[in-house]
Amino acid sequence: MNMPERSSLDIRQPLLDSVLAGLIALVVFGPIVGVVLDGYGFNLQPARVAWIVGTVMLGRFLLSLFLHSVIGRGWLQRLDGGGAGVQVLAPDYRSRLRWIVPLVLLAAVVLPFFANKYLLTVVILGLIYVLLGLGLNIVVGLAGLLDLGYVAFYAIGAYGLALGYEYLGLGFWSVLPLAALTAALAGALLGFPVLRMHGDYLAIVTLGFGEIIRLVLNNWLSLTGGPNGMSVPAPTFLGLEFGRRAKDGGVPFHEFFGIAYDPNLKFLFIYAVLLLTVLLVLYVKGRLIRMPIGRAWEALREDEIACRAMGLNHVLVKLSAFMLGASTAGLAGVFFASYQGFVNPTSFTFFESALILAIVVLGGMGSTLGVVLAAFVLTVAPELLRSFADYRVLLFGMLMVLMMIWRPRGLIRISRRGFAQRPGVAP
Amino acid sequence: MSVPLLEFRNVDLHYGPIQALRQVSLHVEEGETVSLIGANGAGKSSLLMSIFGQPRPSAGQILYRGEDITRKSAHHVASGGVAQSPEGRRVFPDMSVEENLLMGTIPIGTAHADEDLRRMFALFPRLEERRNQRAMTLSGGEQQMLAIARALMSRPRLLLLDEPSLGLAPIVVKQIFQILRDLAAGGMTIFLVEQNANHALKLSDRGYVMVNGQIRLSGTGEELLGNPEVRSAYLGGH
Repeated sequence: MNMPERSSLDIRQPLLDSVLAGLIALVVFGPIVGVVLDGYGFNLQPARVAWIVGTVMLGRFLLSLFLHSVIGRGWLQRLDGGGAGVQVLAPDYRSRLRWIVPLVLLAAVVLPFFANKYLLTVVILGLIYVLLGLGLNIVVGLAGLLDLGYVAFYAIGAYGLALGYEYLGLGFWSVLPLAALTAALAGALLGFPVLRMHGDYLAIVTLGFGEIIRLVLNNWLSLTGGPNGMSVPAPTFLGLEFGRRAKDGGVPFHEFFGIAYDPNLKFLFIYAVLLLTVLLVLYVKGRLIRMPIGRAWEALREDEIACRAMGLNHVLVKLSAFMLGASTAGLAGVFFASYQGFVNPTSFTFFESALILAIVVLGGMGSTLGVVLAAFVLTVAPELLRSFADYRVLLFGMLMVLMMIWRPRGLIRISRRGFAQRPGVAP
Repeated sequence: MSVPLLEFRNVDLHYGPIQALRQVSLHVEEGETVSLIGANGAGKSSLLMSIFGQPRPSAGQILYRGEDITRKSAHHVASGGVAQSPEGRRVFPDMSVEENLLMGTIPIGTAHADEDLRRMFALFPRLEERRNQRAMTLSGGEQQMLAIARALMSRPRLLLLDEPSLGLAPIVVKQIFQILRDLAAGGMTIFLVEQNANHALKLSDRGYVMVNGQIRLSGTGEELLGNPEVRSAYLGGH
């Protein structure tokens, strides 16, 4: 089926491509760049249009020329990566990851000794989004339930800490499990009415749920302080506080251990607990995927009718996906709140949901490693691009478009290990 | 007379204002192979899916081993020992063959999974060759085998098959029906819904003919095969 390799470069197709791209550029940029309003009149600026169209045509020509060369074709084929879907790996396949994972872990452990406060906070934010991505990955990536209101559970976790402290005197440690539980309950609450919904309808309902939670937080002034937000207590370690001086005459952490006061201590502590939580969630998720429930989630994503025909309890399967995803977001919310020391509803807009969804989609639906990677890319990249702050969203959009063209299955394609023949059992 | 394994008593079924089944009564005895034949849209698949409550009948009763399962949930029915190979096969495209088979164990748990996998691979050697391949890469016949094997993984007492010959080459249809014949000979109770009346009736102990949501005829497989009405309507008149 492959076309015979042509030895000489074919110049016609690139030329055609470049003319086409030029025409499109003319249509897009012509009116915007070429016609400049001047008071009540306008003047034409054909030179600027010509520059832009020329650049686009040249760029397209060179790209097309490259992609038509032998090297370029090979490159394209590799990008294509052999179609869609899950890779089934050989049973004895040993991934390069077994070298990389310990290295990453080592880096994660060593990091706090070298990092300044800024780097530390960026990494904490990255890890929080890893948690969020992992949670949403269960709902969207594995169970295939498009949830656009995921940020609601995140908000429940964050406000759980703020409200729990304000009204019940609870601290970081007691709220951590409680928030996971509350968020899971909220997940079930959302899960029940949407059990019969699929695709677009589900997306709309969850979108509404996310907005409801945010609007309630925003408008219930007497309880949540509305847009003014609420302060959140700093976390403690066995009751020891991380401030320079402890409240109520207690002993602060640094005095108790006889070390010098370091304003980063609080973030170091959050980082450590967060890292452990992420590792725990990674482990639990890794196990779940291999268990029947993980398989059931994926089956539900692939063919719901077949699941019903096989007598899968889809109520249980959907609810468990919703609840586990939600509880992970609840955990992330608690970390976010104590990291910020303050919560208000603007942290939980739809844009957050979209960002988390982007993490899952860019990372590769269902792929754990991809989600971890994408979470860092999407949270750390904006920090690195601070000098391009005005163009951040533009770059973000372009990245998305390119990804969807070249790696529609995400950075890392989901792969599953094939089964080995079990000794003594399989023939 | 013993209680039939599966019994429909005067079942009506509606999709909104449209009536799909009218006063359907039929029964399947333990160890029997029974087929239900009829044209497109006669209500055959609706009847089969109504056993799993999707959709639920609007009147009448469905009994499984004497128990009324008309209002029971799908997983209750499945864990009672009813398994189905749904219309259009519906294997999980992104899962490997072995994972598809393991999905079949959901009603009973994975306690016998290894043993049953071995049994399925003995029954369908093609599946063993492809055990780590994604199901979407299988041919239609292999997918049908996988769908049947997946249903058998739950160790059913009653196997429901919805058009196993759908979209398959004649030679593959023959293979599939040979496998069903072997299963029936092994004592499996099979309730088969088919358009391919010739193959289905030859395999079956008894058959029902469905027209416009009603049971028009019933009898043994041979009787129906010889029936002039059946011959002209479903067997191309020869």
